[in-house]
Amino acid sequence: MKKITIKAKINGEQRTLEVQPMETLLEVLRETLGLKSPKCGCDRGDCGTCTVLYDGRAVRSCLILAPEADGREIETLEGICRDGLTPLQKKMHELNAFQCGFCAPGMIVSATELLRRNKKPSEGDIKEAIGGNLCRCTGYEPIIDAVKAVSGKGRR
Amino acid sequence: MDKLKYVGKSALRVDGIEKISGAAKFIDDIEFGPGLLYAAIVESPHAYARIRGIDPKKALALDGVVKVVTGRDFPYRFGLYMKDRWVLAQDSVRFVGEQVAAVIARDKRTALRAAKLVEVDYEVLEPMLEPLGAAGSEPPVIVHPELGDYSHVPWFFPKPGTNIAHHRKTRKGNTDRGFTAADFVLEDTYTVPRFAHCAIETHGAVGLYDHSGRLTVWTASQSPHTQRHVFAETLAPLGLTHKDVRVITPYVGGGFGGKAGVTMEILAAALATSVRGSPVKVIWTREQEFYNTYQRQGVITKIRTGFRKDGTITALEHTLVWDAGAYVEYGANVVNAVGLSATGPYRIDNLKIDSICVYTNLPPGGPYRGFGYSEMIFGLESHMNMAAKKLGLDPIAIRKKNAIKEGDTLAYGAHMNPNGLMQSIDKAAKAIGWNKKPRPSGPDKAVGRGIALFWKAPAMPPNASSSVFLKFSEDGSINILASAMEIGQGFLTAMAQIAAEVLAVSPERIRVETPDTDRNPYEWQTVASHITWSCGNAVRRAALDAREQIFDVVERGLRLDRDALYLEKECVKSRTDASFSLPLRDFIINGIMQEDGTFRGGPVVGRGMFMPEFSSAKSNPETSQGGHPNVHYTTGAGACMIEVDRKTGRVKVLKAALAVDGGRIINPSLAKGQVVGGLLQGLATVLYEDMRFDSKGRLLNPNFTDYKIPTAHDLPDEVIPILVEVPQPDGPFGARGIGEHTMIPAAPMIANALDDALGVRIKSMPLTAEKIARALGGF
Repeated sequence: MKKITIKAKINGEQRTLEVQPMETLLEVLRETLGLKSPKCGCDRGDCGTCTVLYDGRAVRSCLILAPEADGREIETLEGICRDGLTPLQKKMHELNAFQCGFCAPGMIVSATELLRRNKKPSEGDIKEAIGGNLCRCTGYEPIIDAVKAVSGKGRR
Repeated sequence: MDKLKYVGKSALRVDGIEKISGAAKFIDDIEFGPGLLYAAIVESPHAYARIRGIDPKKALALDGVVKVVTGRDFPYRFGLYMKDRWVLAQDSVRFVGEQVAAVIARDKRTALRAAKLVEVDYEVLEPMLEPLGAAGSEPPVIVHPELGDYSHVPWFFPKPGTNIAHHRKTRKGNTDRGFTAADFVLEDTYTVPRFAHCAIETHGAVGLYDHSGRLTVWTASQSPHTQRHVFAETLAPLGLTHKDVRVITPYVGGGFGGKAGVTMEILAAALATSVRGSPVKVIWTREQEFYNTYQRQGVITKIRTGFRKDGTITALEHTLVWDAGAYVEYGANVVNAVGLSATGPYRIDNLKIDSICVYTNLPPGGPYRGFGYSEMIFGLESHMNMAAKKLGLDPIAIRKKNAIKEGDTLAYGAHMNPNGLMQSIDKAAKAIGWNKKPRPSGPDKAVGRGIALFWKAPAMPPNASSSVFLKFSEDGSINILASAMEIGQGFLTAMAQIAAEVLAVSPERIRVETPDTDRNPYEWQTVASHITWSCGNAVRRAALDAREQIFDVVERGLRLDRDALYLEKECVKSRTDASFSLPLRDFIINGIMQEDGTFRGGPVVGRGMFMPEFSSAKSNPETSQGGHPNVHYTTGAGACMIEVDRKTGRVKVLKAALAVDGGRIINPSLAKGQVVGGLLQGLATVLYEDMRFDSKGRLLNPNFTDYKIPTAHDLPDEVIPILVEVPQPDGPFGARGIGEHTMIPAAPMIANALDDALGVRIKSMPLTAEKIARALGGF
């Protein structure tokens, strides 16, 4: 199949990539670029484990075809913490916020997007932001608590 | 209680940074290089059919296809407790989605395309899709005509010529006399459908059979050593022995029982042997995850209970007919476990339990967090509330009247362990404000309170064991080598804390990693909520062994009084000489130098092992009396306050509390995590989840759009985890497991609260808004 050349900024670095027309952004990130933090949990946009920032907005990378990413700026969890763990990540560690950890990268990307555009989100805002990121282990409580705590509205 | 420095503290997860930074590697994150092959599976579209022939020609013609493999290539049976499965289907398929053939190709897309081109000729048979019809002595369809040929563990009792794969009978006292002595007898039937684990990571495995004849299998698994054993046994005809098989398990993205034993991983192991020298990957899609791993078995339970006016139970007859699916190699042990424990946490002198494992042409049932107890407790604890209502008794009082106590005789004759059931009941009820029911928030709303007790024992072979190596590095830091799995529960951290306590080395200085069966010593499986107890005991013993070696080196190297030595802050100290302090790093690898320049000591390596030598599965098959199949029970109680909308039937959980007796809590933060997460998983099974099949046995909702699991929006308003600590005498520092227990009481406590709110009793799960609205509207 004929490959398509795209240019995209990936985690701060301008890259030129050869992608196949039917490849998803998730496949390219994981298999071509070796960025393994976005995971594949359902391949149909239900679970949120593949969440990345796409021009700053949290999106499901399994629902985006790689050619669409031409000219875009993509940030994965690897990029978010490339200069060290963020205060949100540190708080999540402090609160033992994850168990198996499979949903963690997508969850943190969604929460990071929220905190970048809303420094003081309400509990409802937080639930809305991570509402598309499924976690089967934690019951979400410690994750919500961590987001609250770094947004300066921590109760616990 | 003695003073503990590390145990009982909310230590940070030792895998925390890896997981929040995205560094943690799961099965699909491991790189295997350009030689990696992909396998796609040809699946049965029929619930029951005979295979007349398989034609792979069109698939093989596709560029990039390496091989098509069928059951002919691997005519081997496997299974954990009963060998009733095949690597790939032989003459018959028994559920929709069963693996019939595999296409191995250079890339994933080609493999998937080619799998669609494999032509299979089926003779379609009438399937058996519901367990009651299947359970009779002369059923219209027999799912496994060869049942009599299957080898199985000695505690199963299959009935060849029927669909009954196992029948666990437990009898105690005299039920006739018990019912005669009753003032009131209540009889009812409860139904529980199938449920899916829904770990967010699907199953996956990569096999590599190299040119030296070595088989390495990387799996997302709760059971690395059990997998190695099953792979070696199953593939023995190819000349493989245990020595040749190695299983490596990276982090697992959620297990919940679904990744216990062996399911699809056998494919990676077997297929690898057909493409020597190339790694081959099999990763389940979300759909496959739903229909071709284990599912939680459905059950229909009939409960008949005799009560005295004061609420005392005089007799219990509990019959459970399980829809165990097409293969029961693991699921039959769920049935067995419940058959031994279907009294719930109650003292019952006269009882008759029949737990029956029935083959159907639905996907294989198997272990799911709670191991059958959730299903059993839904009926039993609903029943207790109905009895209380009829007798005019308080639902808490009737439970306390019958609640099991330490020393009471269990259904199978052994005695109950120390437990905090009574305080759990009081604490859970108090936490939700049992006596302070809030006013409904509107005229269409009704408020109700519910309670349910629970118990569960680890269901394991009597000789299930754990073993551990513990070694030091030059700086005094420690590596623990164990083969239990980190599935999110916090095993790595708990083990670090236990070793830390014995060796006075802080948990941050202890590395515990996921296993490699070549390097790490034996562990049965990470199931049954037995790891903190069993592997924890092995770690404690390994640490004690290391401590003895440390004292030995110091005694020989410095001629100090061994009995005066103790460990503190990574140093050896002496009770008789306050000035003495020898850092571990000064000698732990290289020993202690003597005046003549020679050394005493050498690397300290601790070894620990634990097997419950008092346990036995040997008992009378007609009564289950005589053995000691369960090592102990963990008990507790759940309680909730709900508000129901009379118009829509929608339930809002205002407060949910769960008190569980963990004996000694190793890490309160992680234990609370188990309670909150497990409770939400349990609430989902009662409020909305369930698997739906059509009349042909096809699963209708194999995805997260149609099978909804809770999102962040679906939390109760308040969740209250309560940790009770009545020590387990043979547990590490008194600990016993709590992981599965936290979802067990969820369903009946909601059903009981619904009855309290509206006077409506729903006896089939889930209690969806639709079902509630229909019950209220009388339609």
